[in-house]
Amino acid sequence: MILARIVGTVVATRKDPRLVSSKLLIARPMDPHGKSEGNYLVAVDTVDAGVGETVLIVSGSSARMASGMKDCPIDAAIVGIVDTVEVAAGD
Amino acid sequence: MQLARVVGDIVVTRKDENLTGIKLMVLQPIAADGSNVGRTLVAVDAVGAGVGETVFFVRGKEASFPFHPTEVPTDAGIVGIVDHWDLES
Repeated sequence: MILARIVGTVVATRKDPRLVSSKLLIARPMDPHGKSEGNYLVAVDTVDAGVGETVLIVSGSSARMASGMKDCPIDAAIVGIVDTVEVAAGD
Repeated sequence: MQLARVVGDIVVTRKDENLTGIKLMVLQPIAADGSNVGRTLVAVDAVGAGVGETVFFVRGKEASFPFHPTEVPTDAGIVGIVDHWDLES
């Protein structure tokens, strides 16, 4: 799983029927210190996250194990809203 | 599976119900010489690892297998704590 910050929303009218009523958000991966890294990605939101929040994203086939996402054509799902990240000194 | 060092932990109150009660750790993958390789990631902990320990973790859907039959939505999971490792030079 990766940490990411929500930076935007996606509106899509024409899409796979199994994605109807799913909320799609744009996320920017970040390291534990809050520094952005890597490419933006679109993830399905299962926990009511909003723009500006730090979230936990599960990728790959495991994304389908998120609540209500069984058999949906997705490869990234937001499964948690992060309260705090604590990193050991030196890392 | 890959070697990694546990570098931190995360508190997540609002989360998928199948993640309830599961510890989430920040991992830094390492090479055989102990140096950092690649990006940090978040993994579920199935073995009770702590910050500073060297562990090995599994990627992909298999990361949820230790919690079977609960379908934990995770793509990375710590499955062992490393006591020591040796390399043939």
